[in-house]
Amino acid sequence: MTTLKPVLQVTDLNVSFGPDTVVRGISLTVNPGECLALVGESGSGKSVTARSLLGLAGRGAHVRAKTLSVAGYDAQKLSTRGWRKLRGAHVGFILQDALTSLDPLRTVGKEIEDVLRLHGSASGSQRAARVIELLQAVGLDDPVRRAGQRSGELSGGMRQRALIASAIAMDPALIIADEPTTALDATIAAAVLGLLRDLRRGGAGMLLISHDLAAVSATADSIAVMANGRIVEQGPRAQVLEDPQHPYTRALLAAAPSGKPRFTRLSPSAGAPSSAPQPSGAATTAPPLGTVDAQPLLRARGLAKSFPMAGSADFRAVSSVDFELFPARTLGVVGESGSGKTTTARMALGLLVPDAGSVEFCGEPWSAAAESARRARRPSLGAIYQDPLSSFDPRLSTASLLADSLSFGATRNPRSYSGEISQLLEMVGLHPDLAPRNPATLSGGQRQRLAIARALAPKPKVLICDEPVSALDVSIQAQVLDLLDELQQSLGLSYLLISHDLAVIRHMSDDVLVMKAGEVVESGATESVFTNPQHSYTRALLAATSSES
Amino acid sequence: MSPSATTSTRQGGALKASLRWLLSTLAGGIFVLWAVATAIFFGIRMIPGDPAAAIMGGPGSQASAEALEAARIEYGLDQPLFVQYFGQLRRLAVGDLGTSYSLKSPVSEVLAEIVPSTLVLAGLALVVAWLMALLLAVLSTRISVVGSAVEIISAAVPHFWLASVLIMIFSTALGWFPPVSTNTPGGLVLPVVTLALPLAGFLGQVMRDSLEKAQHSAFALSARARGESEIGVLLRHSLRHAALPGIALSGWALGSLLSGAVVVESIFARPGLGRALLSAVTARDIPLVTGVALVSAGAYVLIMAVSDLAERLVDPRIGEP
Repeated sequence: MTTLKPVLQVTDLNVSFGPDTVVRGISLTVNPGECLALVGESGSGKSVTARSLLGLAGRGAHVRAKTLSVAGYDAQKLSTRGWRKLRGAHVGFILQDALTSLDPLRTVGKEIEDVLRLHGSASGSQRAARVIELLQAVGLDDPVRRAGQRSGELSGGMRQRALIASAIAMDPALIIADEPTTALDATIAAAVLGLLRDLRRGGAGMLLISHDLAAVSATADSIAVMANGRIVEQGPRAQVLEDPQHPYTRALLAAAPSGKPRFTRLSPSAGAPSSAPQPSGAATTAPPLGTVDAQPLLRARGLAKSFPMAGSADFRAVSSVDFELFPARTLGVVGESGSGKTTTARMALGLLVPDAGSVEFCGEPWSAAAESARRARRPSLGAIYQDPLSSFDPRLSTASLLADSLSFGATRNPRSYSGEISQLLEMVGLHPDLAPRNPATLSGGQRQRLAIARALAPKPKVLICDEPVSALDVSIQAQVLDLLDELQQSLGLSYLLISHDLAVIRHMSDDVLVMKAGEVVESGATESVFTNPQHSYTRALLAATSSES
Repeated sequence: MSPSATTSTRQGGALKASLRWLLSTLAGGIFVLWAVATAIFFGIRMIPGDPAAAIMGGPGSQASAEALEAARIEYGLDQPLFVQYFGQLRRLAVGDLGTSYSLKSPVSEVLAEIVPSTLVLAGLALVVAWLMALLLAVLSTRISVVGSAVEIISAAVPHFWLASVLIMIFSTALGWFPPVSTNTPGGLVLPVVTLALPLAGFLGQVMRDSLEKAQHSAFALSARARGESEIGVLLRHSLRHAALPGIALSGWALGSLLSGAVVVESIFARPGLGRALLSAVTARDIPLVTGVALVSAGAYVLIMAVSDLAERLVDPRIGEP
């Protein structure tokens, strides 16, 4: 490493919007060839920090700093024109979701060429040639064809690479990447992070912004942890990860489910509703955990489902899936997007009729039964989803939502159920005072707790959880996972847990199914699958996650 | 499959899709014209009164019973309704629009005289409305209160009121433009503005929404992060997104312009489809009413196809699986 001038030097940066100060006196330094990870949960001010470094904090933003040196320029003295010369040419910016960060109406080639046109004097044909070169450099196959495609025509990984190509087109001294892999599947995220590591080796300094401490740890040289607009801890990677000083950093590390055995708490236990009262008449006789000699509650045999596609052959979402879910156990279903996880869940819920195969629930036909025959068993099967808010009727208050579910849809008037509603809210760790609130005014974690409370209202035996924590911050995810664990132990619930996140699945499941392209490639007891994977795809998935952490 | 093979299949698929689109648009257009001809044929016969009297000079004419009978036979009005209907469809199919009762000359000649004048008026109004709408949309992203107030007021103003006010200000008081419209540039200004302003307010509202969304989108942010200027973001990215709903509405907009033309042409004493339709209906001139309605419907079908095509050009995602 050389001792060149830092490509980013920030001291005492403050950003405020009117009376709200969102970034409070933070200092950052990035040297050439070095990667600094800025880690924080939503609302910590990390994205605003990134945008302030480009002069794009937004209208009404007030940015002050003692030093704000970006790629060697004093950013506080830059004119509008000066900023424009800096952006793209000396600082490359990579945003989270390339589907929305590239103009959906234009080809990716045009988007990349824009950078060259704005900052270079090269001719049109030279620019076109350079676009192809760049697409090749970021590892896209058939770059000539890719240049003529729009972001909507590319896969998630390909368009993220195209976005990176547009950021590095002018060989910027500093690259700012805001959650560059969050929207991607594990194997693709690992490849994109590898690409970013290569760029850093090329001499560019990098500011990598993420909500996930584990995901950036392999790429970053140093880490700054941000909370409530301040940097609470900053230091070399090893020091921050192995000897964290600040309680917030320790909590973040503890919240990550990777490497934590089943039923270990992930969140600090203060105020945890572990002694929550049982709902009256719930499945209180919890069978001893881990029994498999009982009858399976939910059993699927040879499930298959195809969807018609316009102008081409049917899309086989699921072909041949078998599983058994036993009382008080968790079956994890893991796979990347498009692997058929959600289609399987919808067939298990009886919302989608399988083309072939069958589902049995409580020992009786489920998928093959008429809805009238299923109705009596419907209360025993609940579901929670990734985005709870969209599954709530927006006109209903928290209490009305629960009354609706408690009365099996007969009434939304919470008055006759006030006792049960308070009980349910306490059970999921929500204060009963929240009952009259509209769910839209609750936080993400509170909403997911409410979704769980609603699912528990009809006293189910089985909960189907489809990506229940994917939209949550790590510390909130830890609380929700802990809650699911507690409820399983106190109520004897069975979970069919669907997630793309191997760490979550490993921490939560007794048994696991690994799905790929609609098929189960591997299944078995969680620990044996994870410690001794048989299928090459399982090994690839595991490798992708371990290279992150 | 090799990349080049994939490309050629894609192009083959695109050609097939375009052909299918063309055929379905054509079939849809023919269906619309048939439906219009049928609705007019039966609808106009439900108006009380004798068409033969209309041929002989309107309700006030003192034509004798023999003369009326002769007119009936000459125009085939003595035959059963369905014979008349199929006879008319057969003539329409070969492009024969018949002879106007009131003007006593072939409908096609009458239309050839008045259609271009209305098309100029409506076409100019559409272009002017588009320009005003874009300007309003861009302005109102900066000063949203003023922009949206202008949009709402102009969208709500009725043509006849606007026309009177414009005449009062710009011809009576200031004398800049003539109150009676001719096909000179000066004579077109007031009627075009009268037609364009309410439409611009409406289109502007629709475009402002999508413009604001585009301006705050992640792709606009990444364009700015590439060093794009605000004007560049607007021209290269946002305006294209803003135009989409406007283009989708342009077919409907031309329809509203044609009906607005009835009022505006009357006020500005301007020859055109609108005035011809008004006097043809008053005079119960069945062939002329049919002709005007068919031409309007044809224009409508055409502009719908054109706006559909424009939408496909601006948004290449349409028509893909």
